[in-house]
Amino acid sequence: MDTIYFVFQNSLLFTVPLVVVALGGMFSERSGIVNIALEGIMVIGAFFSIFFIKTFQGSIPPQLLFILAMFIAIIVGVLFSLLHAYASINMKANQTISGTALNLFAPAFAVYTARMVQGVSQIDFENNFRIPKVPLLGDIPVIGNLIFQNVYITTYIGIGILVVASIILYKTRFGLRLRACGEHPQAADSAGINVIKMRYTGVMLSGALAGLGGLIFVVPISTNFSGSVLGYGFLALAVLIFGQWKPSRILFAAFFFGMMKTIASTSTIIPFLADLSLDPAIYKITPYLATLIVLAFSSKNSAAPRAAGEPYDAGKR
Amino acid sequence: MNKLLKSKGFQNASASILSIIFGFVFGFIVLLISNPANAVGGFLTILSGGFTGGMKGLGQTLYLATPIIMTGLSVGFAFKTGLFNIGASGQFIIGAFTAVFIAVKATFIPTEILWLVALTGAFVAGGLWALVPGFLKAYRNVNEVIASIMMNYIGMYLVNFMVVKTVFDAARNQSMTPTRAIIPKVGLDTLFNGSNVNLGIIIAILVAIIAYIVLEKTTFGYELKACGYNRSASQYAGMNSKRNILLSMVIAGAFAGLGGGLLYLAGSGKHIQVVDILAAEGFNGIPVALLGLSNPIGIIFAAIFVAYINVGGFYMQLYKFVPEVISIMVAAIIYLSAFSLFFREQISAFFKKRTEGK
Repeated sequence: MDTIYFVFQNSLLFTVPLVVVALGGMFSERSGIVNIALEGIMVIGAFFSIFFIKTFQGSIPPQLLFILAMFIAIIVGVLFSLLHAYASINMKANQTISGTALNLFAPAFAVYTARMVQGVSQIDFENNFRIPKVPLLGDIPVIGNLIFQNVYITTYIGIGILVVASIILYKTRFGLRLRACGEHPQAADSAGINVIKMRYTGVMLSGALAGLGGLIFVVPISTNFSGSVLGYGFLALAVLIFGQWKPSRILFAAFFFGMMKTIASTSTIIPFLADLSLDPAIYKITPYLATLIVLAFSSKNSAAPRAAGEPYDAGKR
Repeated sequence: MNKLLKSKGFQNASASILSIIFGFVFGFIVLLISNPANAVGGFLTILSGGFTGGMKGLGQTLYLATPIIMTGLSVGFAFKTGLFNIGASGQFIIGAFTAVFIAVKATFIPTEILWLVALTGAFVAGGLWALVPGFLKAYRNVNEVIASIMMNYIGMYLVNFMVVKTVFDAARNQSMTPTRAIIPKVGLDTLFNGSNVNLGIIIAILVAIIAYIVLEKTTFGYELKACGYNRSASQYAGMNSKRNILLSMVIAGAFAGLGGGLLYLAGSGKHIQVVDILAAEGFNGIPVALLGLSNPIGIIFAAIFVAYINVGGFYMQLYKFVPEVISIMVAAIIYLSAFSLFFREQISAFFKKRTEGK
C-alpha cells in the first residue's frame, strides 16, 4: 500500500504542471493559435519566479512566498506570450516559427541573465514548501494518504484550474466564442465576435498557465533552476493532443504521462516493477510512443480546432 | 536595376538582411543593459566573429558550420516541400549514434573506407527515423510537427539506451571514441592551423549543391515542391502526393542524420553524452533554414554566418560576457524573420511607390 501511495504522490508532482500547461495550450489552440512556445514560456515563468523566491526566501513565510511567486510566474508568462500573440495575430506570422523563436530565446535569456547577475547559471533555492500532512483531511483513510499527505499547495490549485477551465470552456459565453474562433473565425466574425480580441485572450491565458506551470513543475522536484524545464512544455503539447483538446481527457492523459515519468525514475525501487527489470528507457519512451500511436489512429477525424495555425484573414469570409 | 529590385529573390534576401540587422541591434541593446562599459568591445567581437582568432577562428567557423549546414538543409528541404521538420534533432542524434556505432563495432571493414561506410549509415538512419513522421503525415494525416517532436524524444532516449548497451564508456558516462573512422582532414588542418575543420565541410557543401539541383532542376524536385504548394492540385495533376510527402521527409531526415555523422566523426573529441537533453544542432538548423530562405545555397551562407557569430560569442567571454547572448540574438532574428511576409510587403510597396513616383 505504501508503494501505491508513494507512486501516486510522486505522479501528482508531474501530473499537476502537465495539466496546467496543457490547459494553457488548450485555450490558445481553441482560439485558433498554435502555441509550441509553451516550453519557452515555462522557462521564463520559472526563471523570474524562482529568482524571486531565492531573493525573498527567509523574509516571507514559505507558503505566502510560493503564492506570490505564482503570481509573478503568471504575469511574466502573459507578457512573454504577448510576443507570440502579436507575431501570429497582428503580423500573420507563421505560428510555428514564432513559437520556435520564443523557445530559443527563453533558455538563452535565463542562462545569460543568471550568469550576468550572479556568475553561475544555476539559481539555488530552498524547498520548504512541502506540506507533510494537511490537518484533519490528512487523517482520512486512503484518500488522506493519496492527496492530503506529502503534498504541495499546487495540487489543489491545479485541480481548481482544471475545474474552472472546464466551466469556462463549456458553460460560459466566452468559452463558446473562443471555440468558435478556433473552428471557423470567419463565421464567428460575421456573428459579431471580435476574433482578434478572442485570440489574444486565448494566447494570454496560455501564457499565464504555462508561466505558472513552469514554476510549479520546478519547485516540487528540485532545489535549483538552470534555464530548462526538460522538455515538459513539449510533453504538455503531447498531453493536449493525447487529450483531444478536452479538459477531462487532458487530466487523464497527464496522469498517464505523470505516472510513466514516476515509474521511469523509480522502477528499481518499486518491488513489482523491479522484478520485471525493464530498462527505465522503456518507461521514458512510452508517453511519446503512446501519443504517436493515438495520433496515428485519431488524426483522420482529428478533434483539433479546425482553424488552429491559420492566421485570420477577414477577406476569406 | 529596377528589375533586380523588384525580383522576388532580392526582396526575400533583403527581408532576411533586415531581420539580421534588427537582431544585431537587439543584441547590442542587451549588451548595453547588462554591462555598458564593455558593450562596444563585446559587440565588435561578435561582429569580427570568426576572424577574431585568425586562421584558427576561420577554421572553427567552418567546423561549426558543417553540422548546421546539414540540419539547415534538412529543415529547409522540408520547408520547400511544404513540411515543417522540427525533428532534425532526433534524426541528427540517430545519425550520430549510427556513425559512432559503425565506427566502433564494424572492425571487419578496412580503415580506409570505414568513415565513408559510417557516414552512409548515418545518412540512411536519419532517413529511416524521418520515415515515421513522413508516413504518418502522408497516410494518416498526422501533423508532422507534433509527430517529429515525439520522435525527437523517442530518438534521444533510444540513443541514450543504445549507447549504454553498445558503445559505452562508463567512466565518463558517454559514448566511446571512434578512433578508426575519422573523416580525413585533406590538408585543411594545416591551412587552418589549430582548428577542427575537415573534409566534412566540403561534403556538406556538395550535398547542399546536389539538394539545390534536385529541387530546382529536376522533375522529381518539382513534384516534391508542387505537393508542398498544393497537395490536392498536384494529386489532380497525376502526381503521387503521398509518396512525395513521404520522400520529402525521408530526404530531409537523411540530411540531418548525415550531419550527426559529420560532427561525431570529425575527430574533435565529440562524444554522445548520456543526458536527457535534445541535440541542439537540430534546433539550430531552423534559424539557418529560415535565414537561408530554405534555398540550399542560401543555407550554406546562413550556416557559416551563424557559426561565425558563435565563434565571436566564444571570444566575447574575454569581455566577461556570456556566450548565450548569441542565442538571444539568433532568437530575435528568427522572431523577426517570422514577420518576413510583412517585411516583404513593405519592401515591395516601397519600391513600387518609388518607381511609380518617377
